[in-house]
Amino acid sequence: MGGVPADETVKVVASPRNGGREVVVALGLLVGVSLAVQALFASVRYEWNWAAAWEYRAQFFQGWLLTLGIAAGAMGVSLVVGLGLMAGRRAPWLAVRMLCGGIVEVVRGTPLLVQLLIGYYIVAQQLKVSDPVVVGVLLLGLFEGAYLAEIFRGAVESIGASQREAARAVGFDAAQTYRFVILPQAMRRALPGTAGQMVSLVKDSSLLSVIGIEELVQKVKILNSASYTALEGYLPLAVAYLVVTLPLSRWAQALERRFHYET
Amino acid sequence: MRLEAEGVVKRFGAFQALDGATFSTGGESRVVALLGPSGGGKSTLLRVLGCLLPVDGGVVRVDGVVLPAEEAEARGERRKNGFVFQGYNLFPHLTALENVALPLREVHGFEAGAARERAMELLDRLGLKAHAGKRPAQLSGGQQQRAAIARALAPRPRLLLMDEPTSALDPVMTGEVLEVIRELAEEGQQIVLATHEVSFARRVADWVVFLAAGKVVESAGAEAFFERPESEEARGYLGSLMRWR
Repeated sequence: MGGVPADETVKVVASPRNGGREVVVALGLLVGVSLAVQALFASVRYEWNWAAAWEYRAQFFQGWLLTLGIAAGAMGVSLVVGLGLMAGRRAPWLAVRMLCGGIVEVVRGTPLLVQLLIGYYIVAQQLKVSDPVVVGVLLLGLFEGAYLAEIFRGAVESIGASQREAARAVGFDAAQTYRFVILPQAMRRALPGTAGQMVSLVKDSSLLSVIGIEELVQKVKILNSASYTALEGYLPLAVAYLVVTLPLSRWAQALERRFHYET
Repeated sequence: MRLEAEGVVKRFGAFQALDGATFSTGGESRVVALLGPSGGGKSTLLRVLGCLLPVDGGVVRVDGVVLPAEEAEARGERRKNGFVFQGYNLFPHLTALENVALPLREVHGFEAGAARERAMELLDRLGLKAHAGKRPAQLSGGQQQRAAIARALAPRPRLLLMDEPTSALDPVMTGEVLEVIRELAEEGQQIVLATHEVSFARRVADWVVFLAAGKVVESAGAEAFFERPESEEARGYLGSLMRWR
């Protein structure tokens, strides 16, 4: 009585040992990769000038904040667009299905750069929308949303006919079937793909510099040309993106675990 | 219950699942068994009778009332029934308790507390009280099917329609589930049961509808059907199933 079940005993003993091994491997990899990078830069004979770059730290930080804001806004837009296009592609009306299918194909099949240039300099100007940040958030959200639509569609269609029949059998109507049966199960299946798309979105936001938005990449370009540096701008730039994208991936993994159940 | 069908046709693409099925159960029946070879139309007829599938032709009456074709009306009719499927079809993301309570709240207008109470009452009765908080994947096949029966029974259905409820279970679990069905029948629950468990059907059913190739070949009182099957098909079917029992 009162003893710990056998499998838990094993877990308690095993987890620190595994964790310890992970730390050792991680440290080993870190040292190895650092040495390789060190050797590479030594062979280039790059002259570092961190002091000049440091002068522009406030600008850099501003750019980073704007990138965060744009990414957050575009994520919201992309989720709405993705759900809308997914629903449209499953709509009972042929015209809606074809329209949404066409939007998905065109948006996914053309470069974001072209969409931004046409969207901002032609479409937005005609519609008298002049704030590049607003246009940028909408266009980036549309672009990523087209990808999300396909991720969502795959997830929804993977919920089998027997689940739909069970939902009908307990008396659910179409809306209740989606809300209580299909979406909760589809959400879990869509999570990995969605998280990957969100990471892409953060990085794709760098293209918004072409419509004159001084987000992080644009700020770094300005910094580099003003202080005659290159890597002193670009290395912190890479780190600044990782600071956002790594926690995003970890958060998605945590969500996946939370929604995990056998089927 | 009284069940009647006249020339019922149901197609799935090119496949004609019901090909002019016509029968009527004579007088009042408690338990109607749908028997016949696989692919003969048992499952389809069961779904049609429960208003889960619309027909492509013909008329179906339950207790003298014609089943509606329009989806909103059919849903209203369907909500009076309980369904149990061969593959259990529980919702895998919900606990056993939620599988039972969710339809009570969302379809039958129960308050959260009352739904929970009613769900626990059913799970307890089906021997699943200790498993109420588990998801379907954590339950055995027999437990899953009993949870599915709890879900179907919770709103006090007029008809309990069961589509081969034991076909996916091993003999021990089959025994568990058949025992539950027998008790329900004895308590007076009206049941429509599609099954291959012929000896069980013989014990609980009072009317048998025998289908083959989408048509009703025989519709008779259970005793008469099992004692003196009229058609060659029914005799062959019963003979082949009884041989090893």
